[in-house]
Amino acid sequence: MKFLKYFFTGIFFGIVLVKSEAVSWYRIFEMFKFQSFHMYGIIGSAVFLGILGLLIVKKNEVKDINGYKIQLPPKDMGFARYLIGGSLFGLGWALAGACPGPMFVLLGTGVLSMLLVILGAVLGTFLYGLLRGKLPH
Amino acid sequence: MEYILQPWPWYISGPLIALVMLLLVYFGKTFGMSSNLRTLCSIAGGGKYSEFFRFDWKAQRWNLVVVIGALIGGYLASNFLSDHSVIDLNPATVADLKALGFEDAGAALVPAEIYDWGELLTVKGLLILIGAGILVGFGTRYAGGCTSGHAITGLSNLQLPSLIAVIGFFIGGLLMVHVLYPLIFS
Repeated sequence: MKFLKYFFTGIFFGIVLVKSEAVSWYRIFEMFKFQSFHMYGIIGSAVFLGILGLLIVKKNEVKDINGYKIQLPPKDMGFARYLIGGSLFGLGWALAGACPGPMFVLLGTGVLSMLLVILGAVLGTFLYGLLRGKLPH
Repeated sequence: MEYILQPWPWYISGPLIALVMLLLVYFGKTFGMSSNLRTLCSIAGGGKYSEFFRFDWKAQRWNLVVVIGALIGGYLASNFLSDHSVIDLNPATVADLKALGFEDAGAALVPAEIYDWGELLTVKGLLILIGAGILVGFGTRYAGGCTSGHAITGLSNLQLPSLIAVIGFFIGGLLMVHVLYPLIFS
């Protein structure tokens, strides 16, 4: 039962991503071509409201559903890992036209060949786990 | 109902994505889809090969439930909540895609030229899908997050590392679309 709220949040997220066309390979291509405001509008308005929402949460010391004060863990400091890792991610994102959330949403819409991309993504994560000690962070 | 069936504009979709992020924060969690890939590695026994996969994956089950929900949401939206209109792309985008060999741009969510089963029978087609997946999976873990973790949550939380990661996302994406696409397709 405690998982039900996550299940419905996920369903809602999947529906929003399809209806917004953010899961469309074409919209990602168009975004990287700077030929439409659509994706920038989605990400921009989400971040704008996200900043506002989290500022309100922090200012008012809002508690979560379990009664604990909400605190978002800060990201570790670093430069190379974010720039290099981010760039590798960007190469794959623009080629597959899907990032880790949309991959599963697209599978749900019936793009079964997405399973290969997901398999690749799990493999890529595994490779990172193996090579982590040798990479600059 | 008509408004539900039509594609939703950015000013509706963006705020709803912020709502998903804030809901998960309210539940005491964070919004980050790529963490599930690490969890999958751990479930598959990755801990035998790297301590990176030795963690209590059961504590991450909630996130797998989110992703299963997202998959079902995708099914529901495309089967019951869509009028299947062609994506309203910029005509310049459609022309650019045609030049690269992509026909019927926007008719489906993904291009048949990459995602049709027939493409998987060719070495090139197979390499594109698996290679793109590996880049996403490796890159996201190296960078410590993906679009949801860095671009939405991290930027909303004013994290400098997330800004660097998002700049990276764009360096890679721009390189792929502007430099590598003409080499891979066409």
